[in-house]
Amino acid sequence: MCLAVPGKIIAISEGHPSGMTMGKVDFSGITKEVCLAYVPEAREGDYVVVHAGFALNTLDEHEAAEVFELLQQMEDVEIE
Amino acid sequence: MRFVDEYRNEADAQRLLRAIAHRVTRPWTIMEICGGQTHTLIKSGIDCMLPAQVTLVHGPGCPVCVTPVELIDRAIAIARRPEVIFTSFGDMLRVPGSGADLLSVKAQGGDVRMVYSPLDAVGLAVRNPDRQVVFFAVGFETTAPGNAMAVWQARQMGLANFSILCSHVLVPPAMEAILSAPGNQVQGFLAAGHVCAVMGYWEYEPIAERFDVPIVVTGFEPLDLLQGIYMTVSALEDGRHGVENQYRRIVTRAGNTRAQQLMSQVFEICDRQWRGIGAIPASGFRLRPEYRAYDAESRFDVGSVTARESPLCISGMILQGIKKPHECSAFGVLCTPERPLGAPMVSSEGACAAYYQYGRLPADERVR
Repeated sequence: MCLAVPGKIIAISEGHPSGMTMGKVDFSGITKEVCLAYVPEAREGDYVVVHAGFALNTLDEHEAAEVFELLQQMEDVEIE
Repeated sequence: MRFVDEYRNEADAQRLLRAIAHRVTRPWTIMEICGGQTHTLIKSGIDCMLPAQVTLVHGPGCPVCVTPVELIDRAIAIARRPEVIFTSFGDMLRVPGSGADLLSVKAQGGDVRMVYSPLDAVGLAVRNPDRQVVFFAVGFETTAPGNAMAVWQARQMGLANFSILCSHVLVPPAMEAILSAPGNQVQGFLAAGHVCAVMGYWEYEPIAERFDVPIVVTGFEPLDLLQGIYMTVSALEDGRHGVENQYRRIVTRAGNTRAQQLMSQVFEICDRQWRGIGAIPASGFRLRPEYRAYDAESRFDVGSVTARESPLCISGMILQGIKKPHECSAFGVLCTPERPLGAPMVSSEGACAAYYQYGRLPADERVR
């Protein structure tokens, strides 16, 4: 239930009959139709995390790199 | 896959494991909340690679596992009705009720269908106006925004043939119940990353304060979990409590306020029974009165159900982290994924299923 997967928005369509903003999200080659109503700031090319057909949040690419910066710092400390 | 593969790098994992080993000086017991996190820990073998002083216990973050037997029995009774198309996520279909499961209802001719999203169920209702479409709305806060949107949509469209059977549970009350239990051993938590993507993590601050524990919001890939464990161990070693965020690429302190807004429009907090654990006050969601027309429990009168559970199943102890799956006498013998006695053996987030799939047996059992 907690499993959400990151994917890249490749198309956004407003004016869907339901009134919700829908989009096509690419998960490394597999494309799915996803509801983007909860990420109104998201644009084509952004990454979002998707769960059960809904994008829950956009992915912050800068923060994504942080994990590896921390590892680099750890390495530097160990070498000292 | 970008933003997935790089968090599975083995060299980086080894670096984090060394850092944890370096940091730890005393025994600590940490609980990961989410079943999805349990699966990654067991599958990647992290549980076997941590220093011996770090004990991981698995939490109740498996909504399929904590759905009460009575509700499964109600679902089965509703699914048996000829006018109903009963829809659900996949792993709910094989959870044992008192006598049967939803998949066996399908085998006997019931119209039970697996869907990927609650919007699929709404679509089915639109395309089948002469049938009643019911969606089994099971989940933690991660799934609530989607379910709220589905119900809201149904109301916008004036759909008379769509309803949800609601089994929504909340993480913070479960955490408090675990921390308040006499004999609690848990000293720190890895909080569920995707629940926090929706809700933020401000709700956990008073819990960390009241119980004097570190809570680290953690993701689901091996490097996320190792970093979360490193941050928790560091806090414990330094005597610090409070909430920290490991999963910063997805989670902010406030969470997704749009999602929270629609959720509070459609749902209200209620008391809930947790299978194997018992009643936890204010621990779930139900539909608000103005949306109660979409509640399958009100729409379909299936009479009273007397639930029966297998006396051998110790799922409650597993879900509270008191026992490990391989400590159950039925594990792998009377209880397997093909013939489960309880929910944790069949759910994709169940601890028992993880131990069975990835071969966790105590040393003495291997001799048999």
